[in-house]
Amino acid sequence: MIEDRNVDVAVIGAGAAGLAAAAECADHGLETVVIDREELPGGILRQCIHNGFGLRYFHEELTGPEYADRVVERAAASGVKFQMNTTVSDVRREENGDFTLLLLSEQSGVTRVHARAVVLAMGCRERNRGNLAIPGGRPAGVFTAGCAQKLLNTEGMLPGKCAVIVGSGDIGLIMARRLRWSGVEVKAVVEIMPYASGLTRNVVQCLNDFNIPLYLEHSVVSINGRERVQSVDVAPLHDGIPILEQKFTINCDTVLFSVGLIPENELAARLGVELNPATGGALVDADYQTSVPGVFSGGNVLHVHDLVDFVSEEAARAGRAVIRYLEGATAAERNPVRAGANLKYVVPGYYARGRDTVFAFRPLGVWASAMLEAELDGRVIWKRRCSHVRPAEMLLAELSGQLLNAPGTLEFRLRPEQDEAAVEEA
Amino acid sequence: MMKKKELICISCPRGCHLTAERGEGSTGEWQISGNFCPRGAAYAIQELNDPRRIVTATVASDSRLLPRLPVRTDRPLPKRMIAPLLNRLYRLRVKIPVKSGEVLIDDVEKSGVRVIFSCNCKE
Amino acid sequence: MIYDVAIIGAGVSGASTAWQLSHFDCRTILLERWADVGFGVSKANSGIVHGGFHHPVSTLKAKLEIRGNLMFEKLQYELGFPFQRNGILVVAFSEEQMATVRKLYQQGIANGVRNLEMCGRDRLLELEPKLNPEVVGGFFAPNGGTIEPYRYVFSLVEGAMRNGVELQCNFEVTQGKWNAEESFWRLTAADGREISARRVVNAAGLFADQISHVCGAEEYRIHPRKGEEYLLDRNSSARPRRVIFPVPSRDSKGVLVIPTAEGTTMIGPTADPAEDKLDTTTSADNMHRIVALVRQMVNGISTRDIITSFAGLRPVLESEDFYIARSEKAPHFIQVAGIQSPGLTASPAIGEYVKDLLKEDGMTLTEKNHVVQELPVRHEIRHETPETLDTLHKDDPRWTHVVCRCENISEAEIIEAVRKGHTTLDGVKFYTRGGMGRCQGGFCSAKIMKIISRESGIPMEKLTKKGGNSRLLGGVLGSAEVEPMPEK
Repeated sequence: MIEDRNVDVAVIGAGAAGLAAAAECADHGLETVVIDREELPGGILRQCIHNGFGLRYFHEELTGPEYADRVVERAAASGVKFQMNTTVSDVRREENGDFTLLLLSEQSGVTRVHARAVVLAMGCRERNRGNLAIPGGRPAGVFTAGCAQKLLNTEGMLPGKCAVIVGSGDIGLIMARRLRWSGVEVKAVVEIMPYASGLTRNVVQCLNDFNIPLYLEHSVVSINGRERVQSVDVAPLHDGIPILEQKFTINCDTVLFSVGLIPENELAARLGVELNPATGGALVDADYQTSVPGVFSGGNVLHVHDLVDFVSEEAARAGRAVIRYLEGATAAERNPVRAGANLKYVVPGYYARGRDTVFAFRPLGVWASAMLEAELDGRVIWKRRCSHVRPAEMLLAELSGQLLNAPGTLEFRLRPEQDEAAVEEA
Repeated sequence: MMKKKELICISCPRGCHLTAERGEGSTGEWQISGNFCPRGAAYAIQELNDPRRIVTATVASDSRLLPRLPVRTDRPLPKRMIAPLLNRLYRLRVKIPVKSGEVLIDDVEKSGVRVIFSCNCKE
Repeated sequence: MIYDVAIIGAGVSGASTAWQLSHFDCRTILLERWADVGFGVSKANSGIVHGGFHHPVSTLKAKLEIRGNLMFEKLQYELGFPFQRNGILVVAFSEEQMATVRKLYQQGIANGVRNLEMCGRDRLLELEPKLNPEVVGGFFAPNGGTIEPYRYVFSLVEGAMRNGVELQCNFEVTQGKWNAEESFWRLTAADGREISARRVVNAAGLFADQISHVCGAEEYRIHPRKGEEYLLDRNSSARPRRVIFPVPSRDSKGVLVIPTAEGTTMIGPTADPAEDKLDTTTSADNMHRIVALVRQMVNGISTRDIITSFAGLRPVLESEDFYIARSEKAPHFIQVAGIQSPGLTASPAIGEYVKDLLKEDGMTLTEKNHVVQELPVRHEIRHETPETLDTLHKDDPRWTHVVCRCENISEAEIIEAVRKGHTTLDGVKFYTRGGMGRCQGGFCSAKIMKIISRESGIPMEKLTKKGGNSRLLGGVLGSAEVEPMPEK
């Protein structure tokens, strides 16, 4: 017999996003269950043992596990039920608008949860060597940075003795320091862009502190070795094309990839949720509701954030929208929002008239200073100067509902005012 | 003639570009500019006089759930003490339960810095 | 102890021979150079069950291809590996190419292949809506299909072992001596192990020439010909129903679009001579070449969908044909060499053919009274209903512990693989698909390593990717001294 269970809200994923959304719902008296594959709630924060979390949300600097413990305690105190060690193997929307989730777990076997609303909070997966089709052999010793982080920080296993890190994303930078602090040599970090993909402070305290060279505008053109990695070939890039005549070899036994994250939206796809190609996440309205009524999304599964604090804030807003949805509020208006010049994307993808909304963006370049503007039907309704703009750092714009007073198309754009180089020369 | 040093603040993700200046040959206080908040100035002066870092690591435990327990220093530790501390931590094995904030090492090499657990672990 | 037969090489040819011989009263041992069976040529190829029209029936490879093609349903029923007869389309995009298509079709008819169908553009698009609508014509071979080649080898070996065939892995034969007095072969491995057998089957793939040489049999050369393949996410919109072939070139059957039997899409292979028999590197140029070629045939193929790539080597003889015969130089020595494409398709027939050669060689083959004809059904949770999963859970709760999220593989499946002797990460991956999906092990490899370590007793730091020196980890945290931070 497969056991059935009814709840108000099913939250998929017990990371920072899922816990924040769930806590809001449970605080309001909704029966809320959070479902996660891992044994402990907290998501990827559990393996992020470094500090630097929580300055915005908790006003103090925490490590990943400390941040996790706090948000778990907060959710538990609100009455959230945890269903850990559990995989959501299928989810579908019933004719009456409710949802059925098929769960698999070692403890309870096969069970079904029926929910009135679903929050997608599954986070991301890492892009890997295969996605980039990096040429060369297929030796052991090639890891994604997050996989190496898990092995090292939760299992206490070293990935190798001497590493090269591909990509300068935050996880890669953090792992460079972690490896050095674990007795593993780090030969280089190789980045295809002309700037680091991670936060500046991480370049300073994870690379500069250890004199680890950062090769900007370089690419790994081959991984060499048959059994275990023996070396990598690195070449400078010109207009994105490797100049193979100038390639050089770095000996190492380990290669870590920190080359970006991809929202894990396989369950969203099963529900028929419309995705935004620019983010890889769902296309949502001002309530973080997806194209499927009753399905909400927040955190890294919606778009990749750089700070967990923003994840918590965003998912809490999604949680509050779930409450309104279950109280029978009409769906938010869907007036399109567009990412204009120098912005990779904007979330949410729609605005509703009269509704206070926080918009999130990724800039496409590096500028010392730039003006972020919002234009509604040919009229600039809002602007703010942003300093030290870079793709690694998400931008936020909080617009009051009073500004969003007309229907039409809202377009955000970034007008560069000062180049980074100009400031450094000054 | 002024002596000038460039730093990037690591106090928060903002990463302010700081400039420290003082008279050539002077041993007086550095004048800091470029900081968004007072922590930037404090960081720069500390970094120029006695660089320190928060250290995070793990120690082996007898827990089933967390065979490695995360720990950290409760404040920045002088850089030269970091490697010896890590080598010491990796030789430890601790018994559970532990609570977040509980002290593992009380005073690292008389620096006044403590190593505390950075997570709760009951089983 | 002297075995009746030693088969060198546990690829498709050796494994199929072992399965055949396991039905008879004879002591057979299978010797594999690598850490697991199928780890040579067999694991890295296109996985096509060919249609019997590419080669003239005058060649041995065509004869065995045609016979082998017919044997897969029975084998699948007995041994349960992923296989589908979803048909092959050979497509032309110009009148010039149509001439080759007509020739191939005629050859197929002459070879006795049934149900071949010449198709115009509309019929092709009906058979395969994903085709580029600029297609001119082609033909349909409904008898073609796809198979998971490593799973096929695992099944053959498992079946053979249930009937008493023995297996030794990491057994790299470096010496073979015929003892004429007592009439047996003495085979020595690189690590010093030795076994004795009355007869030897040389199914050593890329290294068949070396084995033949050290055993004092015929001198010939195996030329490795490399094929790169790129695997697309199972959600790729480009996945066709049929295997799509272009018109072939002189050296190869061309670059294909392959809907694999496990629901992914593969594009490839290239066909380039390689210097080194261990060179399985891929290159950026070939990736771009393959993608450009397949885009002419099928819509929607995107490099963004690539989840991994690999290269395999075909063992090619000068003659381009198979060389399966009793040695004229060495006694009681059967050569099974040059088994390039369509070797996989031919392999069931190769096993049969080798069995007949052994008979010709004077071996008495008496059928066993009790033969395990079918392997027990293997549960894979991705194919089970919730109700079956519920039953499985009651038997062992680890059936409902999902370890690999992308391919939906349970802990029980991983444990089964380890208990069957697959103790490398790649061995478990090929046996279960754990780590084969879109995250390529990013989430699950640490978990799988822990399970392998726990079930096999091998410490984590000694686990390998594929045997030998392919250690997965660098040691335990604390085993390396942390060096002081540099002074500024």
